[in-house]
Amino acid sequence: MKPVILWSDLLIFILIVFISLFLRGMAKNPQVRTKWKQVFSKKLGVSTFIIVCAYVFIAFIDSLHFQKALPNIDQHITETRYETKLTSVLDLALGEMNTNIERTYSYPFSLKSYSKSMLKDDSGNLYRDFERLNHAGTHIDNDKNYVSDIIWQSAVSIFFGLFLSLFIIGLHKIWLIRSNGQNHNVYNYIPWNTAYITLTCVVILVAWMLHVGNLYHILGTDMSGNDVLYKTLKGIRTGVLIGTLATLIMLPIAILLGISAGYFKGWIDDGVQYLYTTLSSIPSILLIAASVLLFDVYINNNQQLFELGIEKADARFLALCFILGVTSWATLCRLLRAETLKISQLDYVQAAHAFGVGHARIILRHILPNVGHIILITFILDFSMLILAEAVLSYIGIGVDPSMASWGNMINLARSELAREPTIWWTLAGAFTFMFTLVLAANLFSDLVQDAFDPRTANGGHHD
Amino acid sequence: MRRILAILPIIISTTGCIDKPWNNPNPTAKAGEIVYYSSFSLRPKHLDPARSYSTDEGLFVDQIYEPPLQYHYLKRPYELIPLTLESMPRETYLDANGKVLPSTAATDSIAYTRYTLTLKKGIQYQPHPAFAKNEDGQYLYHFDSEHEGRQYTTLYDFEETGTKQLTARDYVYQIKRMADPKNLSPIKSLLETYIVEFSDLNKQIKFSRENLKDKNSWIDLEDFNIAGLNIVNDYTYEITINGLYPQFKYWLAMRFFSPLPKEADRFYHNPGFKKKNISLDWYPVGTAAFMLTKNDPNSEMVLERNPNFHEERFPSVSESSKFYRFSEKKLPFIDKAIFRLEKEALPLFTKFSQGYYDRSGETHANIGSHSFDQVFSFGADGIELTPDMQEKNIQLEQDEKPAIYYTGFNMLDPVVGGYDEKSRKLRQAISIAYNDQEYVDIFANGQGKEAHSPIPPGIPGYQEGVKGYNPIVFDWEQDRPIRKSIDYAKELLAKAGYPNGRDEKTGKPLVLYIDMSASSSSSTPILDWKRKQFEKIGIQLEFRITDYNRFKEKVRQGNTQIFSWGWLADYPDPENFLFLLYGPNSSAKCACDSVNNTNYDNPEFNALYEKIKVMENSPKRLKLIEKMVEISRIDAPWIFGYTPQEFYLNNQWVSNNKRHGVAGNLLKYTHIDPEIREKNQMKYNQPNIAPLIAGTGLFFALIIPAATAYRRRQKETI
Amino acid sequence: MLSYIIRRTLYAIPILIGVNILTFVLFFVINSPDDMARAHLGDKYITEEDIDNWKIQKGYDKPLFINSSESGFDKFSETIFFNNSLKLFVFDFGQADDGRNITADIKQRMWPSLAFALPNFIVGLVINICVALLVIMFRGTKLDQTAVAIFVSLLSISYLFYIIVGQYFFAKTWKLVPISGYLPSEPWKFLILPILIGVISGIGQGARLYRTFFLEEAGKDYARTARAKGVTEIQLLFKHILPNALIPILTGVVVVIPILFMGALVMESFFGIPGLGSYMLDAIRSQDFAIVRSMVFIGSVLYIIGLILTDISYTWADPRVRLS
Repeated sequence: MKPVILWSDLLIFILIVFISLFLRGMAKNPQVRTKWKQVFSKKLGVSTFIIVCAYVFIAFIDSLHFQKALPNIDQHITETRYETKLTSVLDLALGEMNTNIERTYSYPFSLKSYSKSMLKDDSGNLYRDFERLNHAGTHIDNDKNYVSDIIWQSAVSIFFGLFLSLFIIGLHKIWLIRSNGQNHNVYNYIPWNTAYITLTCVVILVAWMLHVGNLYHILGTDMSGNDVLYKTLKGIRTGVLIGTLATLIMLPIAILLGISAGYFKGWIDDGVQYLYTTLSSIPSILLIAASVLLFDVYINNNQQLFELGIEKADARFLALCFILGVTSWATLCRLLRAETLKISQLDYVQAAHAFGVGHARIILRHILPNVGHIILITFILDFSMLILAEAVLSYIGIGVDPSMASWGNMINLARSELAREPTIWWTLAGAFTFMFTLVLAANLFSDLVQDAFDPRTANGGHHD
Repeated sequence: MRRILAILPIIISTTGCIDKPWNNPNPTAKAGEIVYYSSFSLRPKHLDPARSYSTDEGLFVDQIYEPPLQYHYLKRPYELIPLTLESMPRETYLDANGKVLPSTAATDSIAYTRYTLTLKKGIQYQPHPAFAKNEDGQYLYHFDSEHEGRQYTTLYDFEETGTKQLTARDYVYQIKRMADPKNLSPIKSLLETYIVEFSDLNKQIKFSRENLKDKNSWIDLEDFNIAGLNIVNDYTYEITINGLYPQFKYWLAMRFFSPLPKEADRFYHNPGFKKKNISLDWYPVGTAAFMLTKNDPNSEMVLERNPNFHEERFPSVSESSKFYRFSEKKLPFIDKAIFRLEKEALPLFTKFSQGYYDRSGETHANIGSHSFDQVFSFGADGIELTPDMQEKNIQLEQDEKPAIYYTGFNMLDPVVGGYDEKSRKLRQAISIAYNDQEYVDIFANGQGKEAHSPIPPGIPGYQEGVKGYNPIVFDWEQDRPIRKSIDYAKELLAKAGYPNGRDEKTGKPLVLYIDMSASSSSSTPILDWKRKQFEKIGIQLEFRITDYNRFKEKVRQGNTQIFSWGWLADYPDPENFLFLLYGPNSSAKCACDSVNNTNYDNPEFNALYEKIKVMENSPKRLKLIEKMVEISRIDAPWIFGYTPQEFYLNNQWVSNNKRHGVAGNLLKYTHIDPEIREKNQMKYNQPNIAPLIAGTGLFFALIIPAATAYRRRQKETI
Repeated sequence: MLSYIIRRTLYAIPILIGVNILTFVLFFVINSPDDMARAHLGDKYITEEDIDNWKIQKGYDKPLFINSSESGFDKFSETIFFNNSLKLFVFDFGQADDGRNITADIKQRMWPSLAFALPNFIVGLVINICVALLVIMFRGTKLDQTAVAIFVSLLSISYLFYIIVGQYFFAKTWKLVPISGYLPSEPWKFLILPILIGVISGIGQGARLYRTFFLEEAGKDYARTARAKGVTEIQLLFKHILPNALIPILTGVVVVIPILFMGALVMESFFGIPGLGSYMLDAIRSQDFAIVRSMVFIGSVLYIIGLILTDISYTWADPRVRLS
C-alpha cells in the first residue's frame, strides 16, 4: 500500500484542522459558547449536526487515498509495483460494492437483469431471457427464497447496528457521568436522547448498507452495471468538498480584503469595493463557464502534467472550487467590510488606537474575533447552495469531471433513464435522497446557527 | 364548496373530448398546403456547398443544390445516374502530351483523364434577388458601397427577384471557389492532388487576394483559368484529372460540385452584407426541388418548393413494387418542409410518438436507449415493434449508412504500435478482449453489426458469413463467429511480453491511454465500459479526454495511443475505406490533411492499394481487396468495431421512407398524407385532465380550512 | 435624483472597463487566437496557413494592444483589444466565431427569453409574497412551523429535479402541454409549464425569506398596537406590514429585473426555448468565446442598471430615503 495525497485531499485535511482551530478559538469566548449552547440545546440542532457530521465523515474517509500493491510476478524484481487506480478507505469499508459490476441495468434488490439478453441453455440453444446477475444474492441456494433472505440479512445487520450504537452510547454515558462528576453538568443542555436516537439511526443505516449492500444491489445498477449505492456514496465526497472548499479557498482573501477595506478605509476601501463590484457584476454562470473552459484548454495543452485521469479530474475539481469561490467571495467581503467599519468605530478600538496599539494587533485581537460569526454564517449558508449548484453546473457541462462520481452527473444521466419503459428511477432516487438529506440537514442547521449568531434575525444583507 | 363540486362535472364533460390537441408544438399550416414536419439537432454551420461537409448540413444543402450526378433512389447496389446532365459524363484518357488514348489503353500510359459533362437545357435557378435586373438589364442589387444596401437586413427584404438558366460556367465557378483560400473548403487539398493545375489556381487566387485592400472582398474567379477546368460552351464543360481515378465520378455526385452562379457570389459580396449574415453560408441559391425560405437555426428551418424546378420524376418501377403508386410521378410530393430544432433526443422522440414529427429523425434515428424499449421488443424471431407501436402502424426503415466505428491504435506509438510479432499480439489480444457486440447491445441497443474487416456492408468487398469472419478474433462455430476466449487473449498478451498485464522485464503494470472527445457526464457509462474491457486481460486504462476539435487534432498529429473513430462513406467504393489504412495517407507522417489516423504503413498493403485504386470493380479487384483485408486483420491496427444499423421510424402517413446509404437529396421523394395525420394526432393526444382537476381540488381543499382557521384567529384576543 | 443617476452611471464606466479587461485577459491572453483557430478549424488537418486564414477572417490577426505598424489613432484602433473589447461599449458585438452576427441573434433571442423570464418573475414574486403573508397570518402556530419545514424541504431539492419530474408528468404522461419548443405566435402553450415549474421551485427560497422579513415587521410595536386597536389581520398585513417590509424585498428583487433579459440557462435548454439562456449554453458548449464575451458585457451592464434601479426604488418604497 502506498498512500497518495491528492491536492483536494490535502485541502480537506487543512480544512479540518482549520475548523477545529476555529471552533476552539470560538469556544474560548464565553459569549460564543452561549450561542453554540443555543444551537445545540435544540433537538433539531443536535440531530442535523450528527447527520451532517456523518456525511463529512464519509467524505473524509473517502479522501484517504492509497494505491494497492500488485503481487510480485518475478523474484528478480524486488521493487514493488502499484495499481494505477486509487483506492480510498471508504472503498475498503464498502467491501466488494466497487467490484460487483453487472452487465447493465438492474432493479434495486433484483436478482436479474433489467432487460432480456441472449442466453445459452445447457444444451447450447440460444434463448432470450433476463440474465441472472453475477453479484446479487449469490450466497443463497434457491433464488425463490430471496425475499426472506433479504429480511433475514436486514434483521442481522440492524441488530448489529443497534448493538454497535448501544456500545457507543454506553461509552459516551460513562464519559458523561465522569465528566459531570468533575465539572458541574456542562453538557446537560444537550438533548442527549435525541442525539442517541439520531446516532442509532445513522449507525443502523450504515451497517445495513454495508452488509446488505454487499449481498444485493440496494439501489440497483446503472447503465454500465455499477452499483448505484456505491456511486451515490462516492458522490458524498464531491458534494461535501465542493460545499466547503469553494468557500475555504477564497476565505483568506475575502477576510484580508474585507477587513482591510473596512479598517483602513480610503483608497484601499475604494480599491476593494471596485474589485468586488466588478467581479459580482459579471454573471456568475458565465464567469464559471468561461473559467472552466479555459482551464480545460490549459489541461489540454499541458497533458503531460497529469499522468492519471484522476489527477486531471482532481485538478479540474479544484479549479471549479476556486472559481466558485471567486464568484461567491464578493458577498462575504462586503459583509466583512461593513462589519469592520462598524467595529472600528467602537470605543475600545478607538481607545486601542489612542494607546498606540499596532494595526495588526488591533485587527487580530479586536476585529477578527468579532467578525467570526459572519464567516461562520456565510460558510454554512453557502454549503448547501454550492452542493445544489454543482448539480446544475454538471448539467451544463461545466461541473466536475465526468469521471468523478457526483450527484450532479447522476441526475444528469437519470434524465434519459426516466423516459425508459419501464422507468429507471433508482439512480435519480439514489442521488436525490442522499443529496436531499444532506442539503436539508445543512439548511436546518444553518437556520439555527444563523438564529443564534446573527444579531438581526433577517438575513437580507445591507446594500451599500 | 358545494358550488365548486357542482362545477367539476361540467369541466369534465366539456373538456373530456377536445377538438384540437393541447400539446401541438407545430405551427399551423395554410389550408391545402402539404407540409412535412421534421427536426434537426445541430444547427448547420455552413450552407455553402464549397465548405459544408457534414450530414447535418446535407439535410438542407442537398435539397437545394444539384451536383451533375445523383444516385438512383431505389437501385442497390448503388448506381449513379445523371441529375442535371444529359447523360453520364464521358471519360477520355490522355497521355502525358495531352494526346487522346483509346479506352483500352494500358493503365500506366494514361497521364490524364478528362471528364466531359453536358448539361440539360432549360434548368432554372430558384427566384433570388441576385438575379433581379432592371429594365436596362443592370443587376438591381449588385452594390458597390455599404450605403446602397443599408436598408436590407435579410435576404427576404429585397422586393424583386429574378432567375437565370443553369450553365456550365456555374459549375466551373464553384470548383474554382474551392481553390479560394478564403472559402476554407475541406476538400481543397484533395482536389489539388486530382484536378490538373488546381494548386496553381489556389496560388493565383491567394496572390491576388494579398493585393486587395480588404482581403475578404469579391474577386471574379472567371479571370483565373487552368488546364484542368475548361468551359466548352454554355452547356458543356470538362474536368481533367491527373492519371486514372475511376472513383472520381462519385465525386461528381457530391455537393462540392454543385453549380454556383457568379451573379450570386457577386451579390453576397456586396459591401456590408457579411456583417448582416447575408452570405452564401446563410442563404443558399440552387436549382433543386426546394429552396430555403426561412433560416432561423435557433428554432426552425423551412424549405419550400422551388417554383422554377425543372421536371423530375420518380423512378419507374414495376407494378409489383410497393413504390408503384409513385412510379414516374412528378417530384416533389410536398410543398413545404419545416425542420424544427431539437437538441435533445428525448423531447424529439416524444413529439414523434405523439405524431407531431413525421419521422423519428433525419440524419440520426434518435432511438436512444431512453426510447428503445417503447419501440422495440424481442419476439420469437428477433427484434419487433411493441404492440403500442404496431397499433400506431409505425413504419420501420433500416438505415444503410455504409459506416464503421472502430478503435484505432497509433502505429507510431512505442507501446501499442510497431510491426513486430510482439506488438501485433498485444493488439490482437486487446481486439479479442474488447467486445464490441456488448458495446452495441448496451449503448446502441443491439442496432449494429460487429465488424470483421474495414469494409462495411453495402460496399463491394464486404463478405457475409464464414467467408467474411475475422479468424484472428473469432472462431467459426455452429455457423456463427464466436469470439475467442479471454484466456486465449491473456495467452497472447503473455506472449506479447505482458503476462497478467505486467511488463515481464520491470514488473510495471501495463497502462494504456485512450483518447476521447467526451466531456458531458452522459459518456461516463461508456468510459466505465471501456475500462472494463481492458481490465478483462489485466490492462489498466486511463482516459485522456478533450473536446472534439482538439481530439481530432491530436489524433492527426499522431499524439495518441488508442482512440475511437468512425468513418462514413463519401461514395460506395471500398477504396473509400481502404485508403484509411494506406501508408502515404498517414496524417502524422505527411503533416497534411489526411485520413490514415492510425499511421498504419505496411508496404504490401500499400502496393495492393495502389493497384485497386485505379481499377474498376471486377472479381480480380475483389480478390486483391480480400488480400488487403487479411493483412489488416493480422496487423490489427484497428479493433474493427461495428457498423451501425439503426432503425428509423416513420409515422404511418409518410411514404417513400427508404433510406439511401450515400445520397442526401431524398426529401423530394417524401410523400405525406395530411388527413391521416390530423386524425391520428387527435387520437394520440387526448389530454389527461384528471390531475388538473385533482390539483384544483387540492387547492380548494387547502383554502377552506385556511379560511376557517383565519376566521378563528380573527376572533382571538391578544 | 437626475444628478444621482448620472453620477452612478459615470461610476459604472470604470467597472465596465474592469470587466472588459478581465474578459479580455481571460479570452485573448490565456486562450490565444491561435488556440481558438485550432479549436474551430478542427475538421481538417490544420496548417499554419489555415490558422492565418481563419484569423484574417475573424480579424484576430491584429496585435493585442498596440499596432506599431500603423500610425496615429490606428495604432490603437487596429488592435484586437480595440475591435473586440472596446467596441462592446457601443454595443457593437461583431460576429460569433461561427460567422454569425451576434447583435442580430441577441435581438431575436431576447423576446423568447423575456416571454419566459418576466412572467416567471412576476408570478413568482406575487405568489411568494402571498404565501409568506398567508404563513405570517398563523405566526407562532403549528401551521407556521409546518410551513417553514415545507419551505426548507422545497429549497433543498435540486432545481433539476423539479424540471425533470414536471416535464415527465405534465408533458409526457398527461399530454397537457407540448413537451418542448416555442412558437412566437402562440407562446403561452409552451411557457405555462416552465413558468409553473419555475414558480414552484422558487417558493421554498422566496417565501421563507419573505416570511422572515414580515416576521420582523410583525414583531414591532406598531404592528402590535394596530392589532390591539382592532385592525383586522388582513388590513394589518397589507396596509402595514407589507409596505414596511418592502425595502428588504426590493433589495433582492429589483437588482435581478434587468438580468431577466439574459434568460434562464437551464430552463430554456430543457424546454427548447430559443432565448438568450440557451444561446449562452450553446456558446459555452461550442466554445464560442465571441458570444460569451458579449454576454458577459451585457450581463455586467444589466447588473449595474439593476443596482441603480434598486437605489431608485428605495425612494419610491420609503419616502425617508433620499438619494444624494
